[in-house]
Amino acid sequence: MSGTKTAIEEGVLPTLTALLVALVAGDLLILSYGQSPSEVWRLMLSGTWGNAYGIGQVLYKATTLVFTGLSVAIGLRAGLFNIGAESQLAAGGFAAGVLGLLLPVSLTPWLAIPVCLLAALLGGAMVGFVPGVLRARFGAHEVIATIMLNFIVLAFLNWAISATGLAVTETLHTPVVLSTAVPRLAAYVPMFHGSAANGTILLALLTVVIVAWLLFRARFGYELRAVGLQPMAAESSGIRVPRVWITAMVLAGGVAGLGGTNFVLGYKNYFEDGFSGGAGFLGIAVALVGRNNPFGVLLAALFFATLSQGGLAIHALVPKQMVEVLEGIVILAVAVSVPEVRRLLRSRPAKAAVTTPVQA
Amino acid sequence: MSLDTPAGHLAVRMSHVQKFFGPVHANRDASLDVAVGEIHAVVGENGAGKSTLLRVLSGMYAPDGGTVEVFGRDVTGWRTANAIAAGVGMVHQHFMLVPTLTVAENVVLGREPMTGLTYDRASAESALGKLSRETGLACVPSRMVSELSVGEAQRVEILKTLYRGAKLLILDEPTAVLSPPEVGELWRVLRTVRDAGATIVLVTHKLDELMDVTDRITVMRQGKTVTGMRTSETTPAAIATAMVGRAVRLDASGMPVGAEGREVELARAVPDAGGPPDQMLISSAHDRIALSVPAAITSTLAPTPAYTDTPRLRLTAVTVAGARSKTAVDTLSLTIAPGEILGLAGVEGNGQTELIEAIAGLRPVTSGTITVDGTDITKYSIGKRLAHGITHIPEDRHARGLVLDYSIADNLILGRQKQFSSSGAINRARTLAFAEDRIKAFDIRPTDPNLPARALSGGNQQKIVVAREMPADFRVLLAAQPTRGVDVGAIEFIHDQLRAARRSGKAILLVSAELHEILALSDRVAVMYRGKIVTEMPRAEASEEVLGPWMTGAQS
Repeated sequence: MSGTKTAIEEGVLPTLTALLVALVAGDLLILSYGQSPSEVWRLMLSGTWGNAYGIGQVLYKATTLVFTGLSVAIGLRAGLFNIGAESQLAAGGFAAGVLGLLLPVSLTPWLAIPVCLLAALLGGAMVGFVPGVLRARFGAHEVIATIMLNFIVLAFLNWAISATGLAVTETLHTPVVLSTAVPRLAAYVPMFHGSAANGTILLALLTVVIVAWLLFRARFGYELRAVGLQPMAAESSGIRVPRVWITAMVLAGGVAGLGGTNFVLGYKNYFEDGFSGGAGFLGIAVALVGRNNPFGVLLAALFFATLSQGGLAIHALVPKQMVEVLEGIVILAVAVSVPEVRRLLRSRPAKAAVTTPVQA
Repeated sequence: MSLDTPAGHLAVRMSHVQKFFGPVHANRDASLDVAVGEIHAVVGENGAGKSTLLRVLSGMYAPDGGTVEVFGRDVTGWRTANAIAAGVGMVHQHFMLVPTLTVAENVVLGREPMTGLTYDRASAESALGKLSRETGLACVPSRMVSELSVGEAQRVEILKTLYRGAKLLILDEPTAVLSPPEVGELWRVLRTVRDAGATIVLVTHKLDELMDVTDRITVMRQGKTVTGMRTSETTPAAIATAMVGRAVRLDASGMPVGAEGREVELARAVPDAGGPPDQMLISSAHDRIALSVPAAITSTLAPTPAYTDTPRLRLTAVTVAGARSKTAVDTLSLTIAPGEILGLAGVEGNGQTELIEAIAGLRPVTSGTITVDGTDITKYSIGKRLAHGITHIPEDRHARGLVLDYSIADNLILGRQKQFSSSGAINRARTLAFAEDRIKAFDIRPTDPNLPARALSGGNQQKIVVAREMPADFRVLLAAQPTRGVDVGAIEFIHDQLRAARRSGKAILLVSAELHEILALSDRVAVMYRGKIVTEMPRAEASEEVLGPWMTGAQS
């Protein structure tokens, strides 16, 4: 007989507890530097949400995290732990950058930008497809496959731009492509001047809504979540579990790949080696704190973006690495308190037992 | 409420126990008195609070109110470690054994005999051998637990508890996983253990069993203790009435009889050898006279199945590989006619699971063909089989039957989600309307379609599976252990559904570890042994006495 908990208790409380724990730990850390916690927190807020530039930077950072967070969340909903958002993000950005270079300069942005977005989607999806197939066909664990693929893909992208002559001399980034530039927010709202926030944020919001619809309204999501929760029951009902695994990884990779456009099309207008900078890995934390809910992911992305930008603002008083410690504490606290994480860890052996169904 | 107070010293005295799980009030003022040296059964429907009460006793849960006394000592709120130290051991429904260790290693785990810093295998095995001889619980200390059958594993669980010096054994539904011969063996073991001085408390659903074995019975309903009685002074029918709170008709073996009524052919005047003969005769007479529901009976005759029709399901020389053997199902052939229930009896692990999985499409067929209404479906995918009218009540409802975190409504459309979607999205209004209709038709409680399946009792969870797998248009139903771990009221209901489906011309393959169930429902009975059907007979010729030797391979 398992107790039925209310939605609040199950849904929000563990997250809030985790944040509270991080706040207290942060206080102690700040005190250990001989600073006043209230002063540091005030500085962090004023440096992020306190002025237009700060807001713009938070929005820019949150945009990438929304994509990678959604990517991890999609995987987790299907029962797959996607550690590969980092390389999927990079591959998406690379595909968008290369396609921008290949397109004729005279092409209208109305066509060039969608083509590059599609390229980013496909680039990430390709990287997601590999661990999906390895899992579905050979039972290779997706955690191992995605981690290894991170190294392979990132190294390949480094080679691709340095050895093939794609890179501008002396730097590791591709030439600038202006025809595919997504406009900055500053072009419409002057007060954002100087910040990297750009139109990709609208794409992020749209993606949140689409993914939410896919997961919770569409038949596809009904099947995907059934596979994630109870693969054997899904199999018995005629859902093709391996196919769902592949589709989920392709979708997860594609969404992470789209995130690459925030930097490539929206910020720098070129692909730069290593631009992903850990945003893919932070996506895991975003998905966990956002409880694998697309709207939760949106809030969590804003939270982690605030922490990351806030780290710069408080650097005068305490080292900015403090926010990395805080991130770690939030992740740990969430990981031990969130029911679905514990369930995922528990259900591992059961999932390995799923048989491959008869193919028609 | 007057409880029959046992004579002699009390091993357990639980009074006014309260236990909450969030809003669920699992135990409300529950009591339990167990005398030293008796076998005591706690019975009740699913969700009556039996397991909760025993977990409070064993220290797994702390009660929210009331007192627990064990051997005269107040131990309210103790922990499992205290309980073990005090000689109270729990044998769980799901065994807690390490499959990669030997029997002896599992038994001594946590208290290993040591020579210096190394594990002393020889003395562990000899200590276990001694215990095994003393208690009459046979085991091979050096075998790996992964090689054991379920019954053997349970014996190891009991040995483990006894090795730790348990004087009070608590068993949570010990027979749910056992085949009939293993159940008999368990009762023999428990009597031996009791005669050696131990006290035993167990939870069970099977009324006929506890008549033979137990000394006293405590009945629970909706978290409360309803009554306590001496086994020798009661009848299965009286127990069932106390459990459900209304009259349930039982046949002589303790299975509920459906509204259709097949008492005539089911009534067996000869009682099992184990029970007191006068007792059993009284009980069966009592069943017929006092407990029937006359209004519902219009005809006492079952419709004669049309055996001459072309079979709905036909298996021809089907071979299926299992996890361990290449021929879990060995060139097996069978047919089921429209309107026929074929009961497949057999000790678990003789290929029944693999056979059902092969017909359902979960396991590939090595050779042979499966046809449904003349169409060869051997190569069909699971989804295509479903579309062709083959439905499946899986034996493991928690792993295969339900998505526990999905709502009742979402579970009811599992596998048919395509029919409930338009342009890629699930149509919620249609899903909910369908769910409300099914909840009403199958009496699923609670009735809120948005509740997660996890929140329901076992019987109601199984009703969700049955409701989903028995739509109007199915052709063949594979019913694997359809009433396992389900309370009496739900068994009665599910049996009625199966009978109704038979009347409307469906073909049903029934696999059950319960011989009573097979005998109560089938038109024909087949026995599976080592992957083959070793015998097949009309229901009229089948009985436990006839089938038993076939099931154990004694006859072939």
